[in-house]
Amino acid sequence: MMPAAGAAQAHPMQGPAIFMGCVLALVPLASMLTGQSHWVPLCTQIMIFALAALSLDLVLGIGGLVSFGHAAFIGIGAYTTGILIKEGWGETLFCLPLSMLVCACFAYVTGLVALKTRGVTFIMITLAFSQMIYFAAQSLYRYGGDDGLTLPKRATVLGQAFLGNKITFYYLTLLCLLLCLFTVMRIVRSRFGRVLMGARDNEIRMTALGFDVFRVRLKAYVISGMIAGLSGFLLANQTEFVSPAFASWQRSGDLIFMVILGGVGSLWGAVAGAFAFLLMEEVLSGLTENWKVIFGPMIIFFVLFTQGGLARWIALFHKGRGQGHG
Amino acid sequence: MRSAQAMVRCEIFMSLFAIQILNGLQLGLLMFMVAAGLTLVFGVMDFINLAHGVQYMIGAYLAAVMIAMTGHYVLGLALALIGVLLIGLLLEHVVFRPLYQRSHLDQVLATFGLILFLNQGVKMVFGASPLSVPVPAWFEGAVLLGDGILYPLYRFVIIAAGLIMALLLWLGVEKTRIGMQLRAGASHPDMLSALGVDVRKLFMLIFALGSVLAGFAGALAAPILSVEPGMGDQILILAFVVIVIGGIGSIRGAFAGALLVGLIDTLARSYMVDVLRLFTGAAAARGIANGLSSMFIYILMAVVLFLRPQGLFPARGRS
Amino acid sequence: MMKQRGAMKQWSIRAVQAGLALLAFGIGGAQAQEPLKIGLVSVLSGPQATLGQQVRDGFQLAIKDLGGKIAGRPVEVIVIDDELKPDVAVSKVRGLLEKDKVDFVVGPVFSNILQAIHKPVTDSGAFLISPNAGTSNFAGKACHENFFVTSYQNDQPHEVLGKYAQDKGYKRAYLIAPNYQAGKDSLAGFKRHFTGEIVDEVYAPLGQLDYASELAKIASAKPDVLFVFLPGGMGINFVKQFRQAGLADKLPFLSAFTVDESVLPAQQDAAIGFRSGMSWAPNMNNPQSKAFVQNYEANFNVVPGSYAMQAYDAGQLINAALTATKGSTADKAALRAALKKADFVSLRGKFKFNTNGYPIQDFYVVKVAKRADGKFQTEIEEKVFSDYGDTYAAECPLK
Repeated sequence: MMPAAGAAQAHPMQGPAIFMGCVLALVPLASMLTGQSHWVPLCTQIMIFALAALSLDLVLGIGGLVSFGHAAFIGIGAYTTGILIKEGWGETLFCLPLSMLVCACFAYVTGLVALKTRGVTFIMITLAFSQMIYFAAQSLYRYGGDDGLTLPKRATVLGQAFLGNKITFYYLTLLCLLLCLFTVMRIVRSRFGRVLMGARDNEIRMTALGFDVFRVRLKAYVISGMIAGLSGFLLANQTEFVSPAFASWQRSGDLIFMVILGGVGSLWGAVAGAFAFLLMEEVLSGLTENWKVIFGPMIIFFVLFTQGGLARWIALFHKGRGQGHG
Repeated sequence: MRSAQAMVRCEIFMSLFAIQILNGLQLGLLMFMVAAGLTLVFGVMDFINLAHGVQYMIGAYLAAVMIAMTGHYVLGLALALIGVLLIGLLLEHVVFRPLYQRSHLDQVLATFGLILFLNQGVKMVFGASPLSVPVPAWFEGAVLLGDGILYPLYRFVIIAAGLIMALLLWLGVEKTRIGMQLRAGASHPDMLSALGVDVRKLFMLIFALGSVLAGFAGALAAPILSVEPGMGDQILILAFVVIVIGGIGSIRGAFAGALLVGLIDTLARSYMVDVLRLFTGAAAARGIANGLSSMFIYILMAVVLFLRPQGLFPARGRS
Repeated sequence: MMKQRGAMKQWSIRAVQAGLALLAFGIGGAQAQEPLKIGLVSVLSGPQATLGQQVRDGFQLAIKDLGGKIAGRPVEVIVIDDELKPDVAVSKVRGLLEKDKVDFVVGPVFSNILQAIHKPVTDSGAFLISPNAGTSNFAGKACHENFFVTSYQNDQPHEVLGKYAQDKGYKRAYLIAPNYQAGKDSLAGFKRHFTGEIVDEVYAPLGQLDYASELAKIASAKPDVLFVFLPGGMGINFVKQFRQAGLADKLPFLSAFTVDESVLPAQQDAAIGFRSGMSWAPNMNNPQSKAFVQNYEANFNVVPGSYAMQAYDAGQLINAALTATKGSTADKAALRAALKKADFVSLRGKFKFNTNGYPIQDFYVVKVAKRADGKFQTEIEEKVFSDYGDTYAAECPLK
């Protein structure tokens, strides 16, 4: 069950990541100038999912492990934050690390079980675990159960309501996204990352060479879970609402699609894929109520006529330009 | 006097329990028909078809339309199945065939796009409200099961149809030449073309069979379930759970897995509140019951996968 | 010379006056031409879509009857499908508030959606007008000055049947509702005025379509009266199976939202004679209601239920309020006061708001009947409550 060979690179391109960071940093300014004030919350939401997609690309693209349960981490992060805020413990310096810690624990325990399996079995076990989280959230009848929980306010930072400001929250999210993106890129370029990729391409060889593939994968899975948990914290604050739907299998599927769209293993591609997916949804749904009837075939055409996602497109485009100049 | 009361209550409990068992069998057999096609497609063709659930939905919609148009159940059903077959073949030719050589992830993405398109398309054509499909006239009415409890006749029909389908599939797979090729393909897909089997034709046949089975399940379920856009999505995920539990590529596994999942899910949902009430207050029991009972089949799947990753009845030769 | 200067001064003054007048007209007029944006949140997919469609159609009919204009401003209704999913509703409503900057949000149909969207809408300063859902928390402690309900408080229609059962002398009642918050509120509402014995209180799994076991238990318990709250597809199946089981002749069937106009087309003869409770019925005997029913059927070909009626009234409410403020939404306090006055002719006759923004109105027991033209509707049988406010208003701090 391996992603298209050649799509992932040993040295993920930093250029596009920096470019995206600059563009995103300018969005609030552009929004003020054009008067489209909804761009800021919209981009904040997309960046949150981009962060989750990035975390998935680490295990899926780099690790070769197709996790169909990544939305569970978003759900765990969101609910931990939501419950803490609801109970009056909504301080970021407390909520955020705790959310990530709970996700790390869940990733560790489920990883111990899931990483012993391969291929389709791995996909289904990760699905099973995330469904358990989904239904567990539904049973939290004191916190709204299936109907979800409205949060009275966002988390405070050192007691101040900084996160209530849209622009502040936007830049915080952007900061988290860029930090995680560059951190993951760093990880991939390290020895740890190379072992992970080596295991994806040829597990037997890596084991024969003496690497503890299981340990490496477990570590990656936990890191990935923590990053997704961070996105859950941000999501809870952004919508001021938590719902079991955050952990549904449909959301896990959406994350996989974003990663594939962007180019499996390219890391910044996951971010691009999230933007492409969600912006397309936003634009199309503004045009017609039946936008999915256009979106669906677009995805099909994309798969049938391209290979390697957006990252490959951009890479080919760059190469083409280089050759033109050369 | 007291023992008579206790006996009556016991009888009611047994009859209600019998109803739940029957409901579980019915759900299981419906899921079997959907899962059988899915497991063959996945097992033999190594193709992940997320749009399989949509074929179930199309079967239900076509049945609703054809039966309403012709006013005659069997004719309408037959026309619907032909429609499902044609649509399945069309999809195979246009969307799936280019994807056979592609990675699983690409197949997943493309079939996801197909789900979006077909769900929305059905909503545009038929509207968002569910269609109403009447139970065919000969199957109306109910059967008396002890102590004045009525069980709809039609549900027995579903169970019977499911069992007949299972038997036909078994005969087809075990006793015919094509079935042999199917089984060979399920255990050693790469050997198949090496042995000179026309893989293209076999794939088309498997696809057609899977589509018709799923569509038939949808058409059967239409009078008792809600015929609405998106009705295939939930069945899809259950079907995947079933084939993983049963063993990919194995019809026997699909049958066992489906019955197991159907019974456990139904029984868990019916009795969870009562079981929880033994441990906690009524309000808490009601609040937790729904989520907890839904978790059961996933816990089952995780346990099976952990202990026996290849499934309960894996296709012979498959590791 | 002096005369010229004096004349010039006079002209200048007049010019300035004229300029100011033009400016004022321009600003006021500009707002007069500026479209009034109203968001409509309703459930338009899934099994409950028929209710959501009635709300949408009723509201849009009201706008149509007003010529598409309210207080001189063209009305733009932005329809949102909440898909009966709270997370989808929150997401879409937030988008609506941020992108379209609507002044009014009309909706939703279901209570769980209301719980989810109440805060985003009221926080943004827009007015939320619910044409159906009226939960107890927003009637009591969590009441909000920007929240108005044109339907009723959720408990009330159930209380009607409880009072009716009590007045009719029934001693043993069997209750059934779906296992979610509204279901629990429903049975609590019934029990408020019914002091007889509750034989059993059953909560069916939400969305369940097969009632063989529940009907078996009802048959063996032999109560005097049955009270049912099973909306949408649940009610369709329950009513049909109840009739098929032969219980209809033996057991009086009292209900709420189980045999209303949204499901009667599916239930048809199976529901005849079954009772329900509501503040209005299509056969209500006043001129505006009769005109409305005719109008609605001519446009949409189905009999309107309370959902459509309440949505129509919501449209009339907004019109009355904006007419009072001459089309301006700038002064929120004035607009709020105008909304509270509810100075419009409701389809159900008497209508005014309580301190918490919920209505004070009459309630009736209604009965399902078949019309001469073959369509089904509920018909008023007797009045049970007059000028009935909800029980939670006392807890609301608003005056």
